[in-house]
Order: sequence, then structure tokens, then C-alpha cells
Amino acid sequence: MTEKYNMPDERGHFGPYGGMFVAETLMLPIQELNAAYQQYLDDPDFIAELDADLTHYVGRPSPLYHAERWSRELGGAQIYLKREDLNHTGAHKINNTIGQALLAKRMGKTRIIAETGAGQHGVATATVAARLGLECVVYMGAVDVARQSLNVYRMKLLGAKVVAVESGSKTLKDALNEALRDWVTNVDNTFYIIGTVAGPHPYPAMVRDFQAIIGREARQQCLDQAGRLPDALVACVGGGSNAIGLFYPFIDDRSVKMIGVEAAGDGIETGRHSAPLCAGRPGVLHGNRTYLMEDDDGEIIETHSISAGLDYPGVGPEHAWLKDTGRAEYVNITDSEAMEGFHALTCMEGIIPALESSHAMAYTMKLAPTMSKDEIIIVCLSGRGDKDMQTIAQREGIKL
Amino acid sequence: MSRLAATFEALSKSGRKALVPFITAGDPRPDFTLPMMHAMVEAGVDVIELGVPFSDPMADGPVIQRASERALEHKMSLRRTLAIATEFRKTNQHTPVVLMGYVNPIEAMGYEDFANAAQRADIDGVLTVDLPPEEAEECAALLKARDIDPIFLLAPNSGDERIQKMEAVGSGYLYYVSLKGVTGAGHLNTADVETKLKQIRANTRLPVAIGFGVKDAQTAKTVANLGDGVVIGSALISKIEANLDDTERAKNEIVELLVAMRQAMDS
Repeated sequence: MTEKYNMPDERGHFGPYGGMFVAETLMLPIQELNAAYQQYLDDPDFIAELDADLTHYVGRPSPLYHAERWSRELGGAQIYLKREDLNHTGAHKINNTIGQALLAKRMGKTRIIAETGAGQHGVATATVAARLGLECVVYMGAVDVARQSLNVYRMKLLGAKVVAVESGSKTLKDALNEALRDWVTNVDNTFYIIGTVAGPHPYPAMVRDFQAIIGREARQQCLDQAGRLPDALVACVGGGSNAIGLFYPFIDDRSVKMIGVEAAGDGIETGRHSAPLCAGRPGVLHGNRTYLMEDDDGEIIETHSISAGLDYPGVGPEHAWLKDTGRAEYVNITDSEAMEGFHALTCMEGIIPALESSHAMAYTMKLAPTMSKDEIIIVCLSGRGDKDMQTIAQREGIKL
Repeated sequence: MSRLAATFEALSKSGRKALVPFITAGDPRPDFTLPMMHAMVEAGVDVIELGVPFSDPMADGPVIQRASERALEHKMSLRRTLAIATEFRKTNQHTPVVLMGYVNPIEAMGYEDFANAAQRADIDGVLTVDLPPEEAEECAALLKARDIDPIFLLAPNSGDERIQKMEAVGSGYLYYVSLKGVTGAGHLNTADVETKLKQIRANTRLPVAIGFGVKDAQTAKTVANLGDGVVIGSALISKIEANLDDTERAKNEIVELLVAMRQAMDS
């Protein structure tokens, strides 16, 4: 394949995936959003404002850090960490919320809504809403509200209203349902900031484009520091926004392997996991066609992961396409393995990763030793672990 | 002529409007649905919308969400909904049955297998909430080839071009969602509906059923007069929800409300 990668098509399809599977009331708003997005995508003023915010508010560029001690310990490839944990609010999520909030402002919307799982996207949304003086409502599954209480408190401090969603499995997917219901009711003044590369077109492409700064920086930083491109990229995949952000600028660099790490929960064989690309099948949910966790009747089944941010039964449609075409590979890591990754990075490099990112760390521990010392892996350290202290202490039987 | 087209034509000739109830198959129990369908026909309804429960009903309000959850607890599914429709047809050959739900259960079955199964169950129409015309070409063609009407939603913000698109892809009738929001929400504004219906009429000759926000006989009458039919869902399901321990009473209250609506609409 020498042709340049150019996805999605104008109706938001990545091959059979993606699209605009929404109720009629949402067709006009997503068409308006798409038009606004296309208009500002190449608008110099918009790009200048976004770049300034990313530099002075978010703190970009984030470092690409050579984890020398950890690399030596594992005895294989050189591991470089893309430090999205060092962004303002502690994760990659803000790259996207800044972009969408600036778009909302230009579209004249006064109210922002968002869904959140681990709470990182909710915090990143509440943060930009506070800064721009926009009303903000965040939908969060009641289960996640309980296990991520610190982030709930942060959102409230930032002035957002957090709505605990009690329907369905009370996790991220139900928060998304509820946010869609809000949007359908308040379309006139409300902008829905989706936090991942899912949802109806243009969200998967738009969120990817806002997150692609991760990969653009990492590519240049790797060339500057190591004098060449990496051999492999590793990132965790729930909805898949940090992964697509890292992967996208490398898609045409055919020598660079791209590996997405899904959450295997208690193990794929137990059925208690969140790994639709590894163990699901294609279907339609939340506005797009993609791989899903569903039963034979097409009902969405409950997912499990120690990490709230990966606890989602779908995945961005572009990942589905990259999987089918073989351009990216998708693997999975259990809760226990993720905990090993968490401790390894914490002890070896003095960096406490989020549980989501710990899945990528755990896979890196398997991958690096199979590669030679002059090869390079870039791992996306998508968020910091402060928010997970309670979960981890509880799992390890420690009372804080 | 399809059963739906014949129904709307006959109503139009007699100057009457269609009364279209919606219930979720399998709510509150699988054995409730079939007798309820027959009872609704006796109460004077013209078309039955049979909801296929889905785990993630994104366009529905809390009442229909809970109906879906109750049905799913009893393992209701698309296949079992089709089985209920098949049973219904054994003793009723004249009332059109429209399946209403979300696309994923249909995707899971496969479009062609679903179209064949719907034909075997003698289903008259299929309304898939999250399958707009842009994504519906393949499924709609398979249904039309089997004389099943693909039915589409229109919203307050649907423009001329979209209404024409529905006319091209859809058949049977169009379902006008009278307010921005989820099912069972708020109260509709009659003047707004009247204005919108003029625009819709100018762009399509398909019958228009109006739903979302119809709660009582008086509203049903007002709304019916603006279009060709009125859809009532959450108000019926509320009766089921209020009588979970006494389904016979739920059935009677639903019949009572539908009879009142029928009388108001025909008066």
C-alpha cells in the first residue's frame, strides 16, 4: 500500500465502520457540528488559538522520556514514554476538550455536556468550561461515581454538575446514553464534548485530529532524540483516543508497528473483560458501527475492567478498521497484569501511571524483552495515577 | 397494496385518524404482550407498534428504558418478538404490526436473515430509531423487496431536503417526533406541530403519524387532527409500570385510555 491513508470518507465511514447511526433529531446538530469542524479545521485564527492554549494552558509539548533504567531492566528494546500524564489535569483528555470547547464557543453554544468513565474526561471538560465560563453538566455512571470519587469532587469544585446515571450497568456506556438524551433535548444551546474517538461522525475523526498532537510530537521528538523512527507504538485502548492520537501520524510509516492494548479484566476466557477488538464482533452502538461486546441477540453485555476508563463495550471505529486491515494489532492485558505494570513503572522510573496506562506498561514488559537493544518502543503514558490510589489500595488490602 | 397503505387509505376515506399504540414486547412479562395486542385491537387501534427491547435505548426516556429493562430480564429478544407477532397474525390478519427498536439486534441477526424472518412473521413495517436514511439503504431495500415498509422518523429540525429523503427511502408512513427530546418527555406545542406539518405535507405524500408527548384523550384528538395518526407509548407503559403486581389491571387501564382516545378522536 503506497497510497496515503485518508480516512474516513465524507460520511464518516472507515470501511464498514463508523457512520452516523443516530435518531433523526440529532442529524441536524451533527451535520452542523461537522460543517463547523470542517470550517475551522484549516482556519488560521482557530489553529493559532488552539496552539496557544495547548502551549500555555495545557503545557505542551509533553516530553518524550527515555526510560533508561526500565529498558535496561527488561533487557530489550529502548522504551520511550510519551508523557501525557504531565498535561494540565493529568491526562491526554484535555487535548480534545480544549479543541471542542473552542469550537463550541465559535458555534455560539453556551452549555457543555460530557460523559465520563474514570472521570478524566469529565475533569478535562469541567476545566475548560470553567475557563470559558460555560455551563457544564457531566454524566457519569453511578458505579464510576463511587469508584472515582476524587474526580467527582474535582469536577464539582470546577463548577460542573455531575449527574450519577442509574440506568443499565451504571458505567460509561450508560453515561453516554444519558448524555445523548440530554443533547437530543437541548440541542439548541448545547455542545456535546465526546471524550473518545467513538460516537457518530464527525466525532471519531474530530477527536482523533485533536489528539493527533500526541503522535506528531512523539514522531518529531523520536527523530530528534534517537535519530530515527520508533519500531513499535504501544497504547491502551478503551474507546481508543490516546491510542489513535499516538498512532495516526505514523499510519503511513509502514515500518512502525502499532499495538493497542485492551482490558482483559479477569481474563478473556472468563467473559469478564472489556476487549471488543480481541473478543467481540461488529455491531452498532452510540452512533457508529464498530466491534462490540454483545450477546447473540445483539444486546450489549456488561464489561469489566479494574480501570474505569477502559470499561466500555465498544471501541472507536477507526481501530476496528485498523484491526481488519492489519495495520494495527490489538492485544489484551488482565487486571493483575496491569497492576504489575503499574508497580514496575512506579518503582523503576518514579512515575505513577493511571490504571488505564498501566495496561500499556504491562504489555510493554512483555514486548520489550523480545526486541533488540537498538530497537525503540514509544509507549503512551496517557494519564497519571493519582486518581487511582483508592482503587489500588483497596485491591491490595490497604486502608488509607 | 401493503397492509399499512390500505389501513391509512381506508381511514382517510372515512375521515378518521389512525390510533397507533406502542408497547415493548415482553414488558412486564413475555406472556402479557399477545393478549394485550388483541385487547388493543378491540379497543379500536389501527396499527400496533411493537417495541423490540434493547439494552441501550438512547432515544428513549426513563419509562420506555425501564420497559426494555423489564423485558430483557425475561430474556425477550428480536427473535422472540417476531414469534409473538407470528402468533398475533394467526388470529388477526388485518391490523398492521410495526416493529420499532434499535439497529443492533437487527445487525446481530444480519439484515437479510432479519428481512426474511420479518416476512415470515408477516410484519408490516420496521422503524429503526438509530438507522437514518443515510445508513439505511441496504436494510430498507431488503425490506421493501419483501413488501415490508421501512418507516422513518421526522424531527422538528428536519428540513425540506431530509423530508424528501424520507419520502424516497421510506414507505408506509412517517413518524413525526413532535418535540426535541426523548420519548415521554414534556408536553407538545400544538401550534408548532401545526406549522411543521404544513412543511412536511409540502414535501411528502406519505401519511404522517405524530408522537412524543401524547398523554391523554384530549391531546390525542388535537394531535390526530393535525396529521394522519397519533402514536402513544410512554403513557401506556406507565400503566404497566403502575400495576406490575396486577397485569390484568394494567391491561384494563390501557384499554380504558385507548377507548377514550378513540372516542375523542372520532367525535
